Amino acid sequence: MRNVRPETGGFFQRDRTWQPPAFTPGYKTSVMRSPQRAPVSFPHTLSETTGPVFGHHILGERDNDLTLNFAKPGESAIGPRIIVYGRVLDERGAGVSNVLLEFWQANAGGRYRHKKDGYLAPLDPNFGGCGRTITDANGNYFFRTIMPGAYPWPNGINDWRPAHIHFSLFGHGFVQRLITQMYFDGDPMIWQCPIVATIPERRAIEGLIAALDMQATVPMDARAYKFDIVLRGRHSTLFENRMEGN
Amino acid sequence: MVQELRRLKESASQTAGPYVHIGLTPNFGGIEGVYPHDLGAQPVNEKTKGERITVKMRIVDGAGTPLKDALVESWQADAEGLYNSPSETRGTADPNFQGWGRYPSEMDTGEIVFETIKPGRVPFPDGRMMAPHISLWIVARGINLGLATRMYFSDEETANAEDPVLTRLEHQNRVSTLIARRDGGAYVFDIHLQGDKETVFFDI
Ligand SMILES: [Fe+3]
Repeated sequence: MRNVRPETGGFFQRDRTWQPPAFTPGYKTSVMRSPQRAPVSFPHTLSETTGPVFGHHILGERDNDLTLNFAKPGESAIGPRIIVYGRVLDERGAGVSNVLLEFWQANAGGRYRHKKDGYLAPLDPNFGGCGRTITDANGNYFFRTIMPGAYPWPNGINDWRPAHIHFSLFGHGFVQRLITQMYFDGDPMIWQCPIVATIPERRAIEGLIAALDMQATVPMDARAYKFDIVLRGRHSTLFENRMEGN
Repeated sequence: MVQELRRLKESASQTAGPYVHIGLTPNFGGIEGVYPHDLGAQPVNEKTKGERITVKMRIVDGAGTPLKDALVESWQADAEGLYNSPSETRGTADPNFQGWGRYPSEMDTGEIVFETIKPGRVPFPDGRMMAPHISLWIVARGINLGLATRMYFSDEETANAEDPVLTRLEHQNRVSTLIARRDGGAYVFDIHLQGDKETVFFDI
């Protein structure tokens, strides 16, 4: 690994016209759970610019293979086999290394392994639905899984979630923390979903749709989807106004 | 025309949803055998330096009901005020304290109880010292973008009174929403998402 001096600058201001607002009545649960007062800003301190690090040593061999990590020996999860790969970048376009990515999803029938999911689609005994990995020095990551199914959910009387994978990311500062969802190229359900519709701009939604990449496919095994994720950029320490005591 | 800056836009956030446990605390959620333990469940060990404290938290919606499907992450300095992070350049933090914790609400009561240590003081960019605090990040079904707030301590009156973040709040009557009150051996902190007691959240 390269021995680079850690970056210590503050992060770019978050664009709150690009991110979904808290109050989005089309997604009914947000109505009672959305703060109504303006959030308060202050200059980033060490509490914001620092963050936890996770070493590659926490990873088990099958953590990034959801087809196998819950399966009985010799068996594997049911569903179309896929590889999801991409880069974690920041708003400056630089790859972000050592990002812990955690992902979770429904099985091929659209059912989650969770005591609160009562959807009548069956559980797959060989599918748990969670995985994790850490980006390499250039911000690259990949994992194997099965294509999740779409599922109905209680919001309107007939709302369905498009096929999606939930993602959680740790950047280098605690305020870079992000949870989002990945959608699939060509899925017409994306444009019907009240949760997707919490995002105000079409371009921002398109940024969450993974592209089918036949060149990265493993022949006779799994198709590949490319999903890049962008975390907040960081002010260069080069220009930092170092005040006394900082 | 001018040159393009070619900045990218941050990926849009989406709710963690009701099944966040599967991904972030699978053992708590009943998925065993994939990871040996849930990350962030035990931020302190027997060698961690500093005063042990217990925090009891609830996250309450606009109808006064505690959330039973939320997840909170905490980030704090060690007892000396140092962060266990590569971006910490002032010194080396206690190796027995990662500084980060992850806690799901209890599915039947909505309570969140965890043990940590009281953090030391950390400077604001201008050098003034901030009062001891724990940074919190809250996600749940119905929350589109994770909510950031801080928890301060009721028995740090002098430090709180000069804290650069608390003193800059325009509505000083809202400072109390950021202060956990000591109740016996524990600090009790209710986070209100809405209403008269709405907690101060940060756009940072
Ligand atoms: Fe989902």
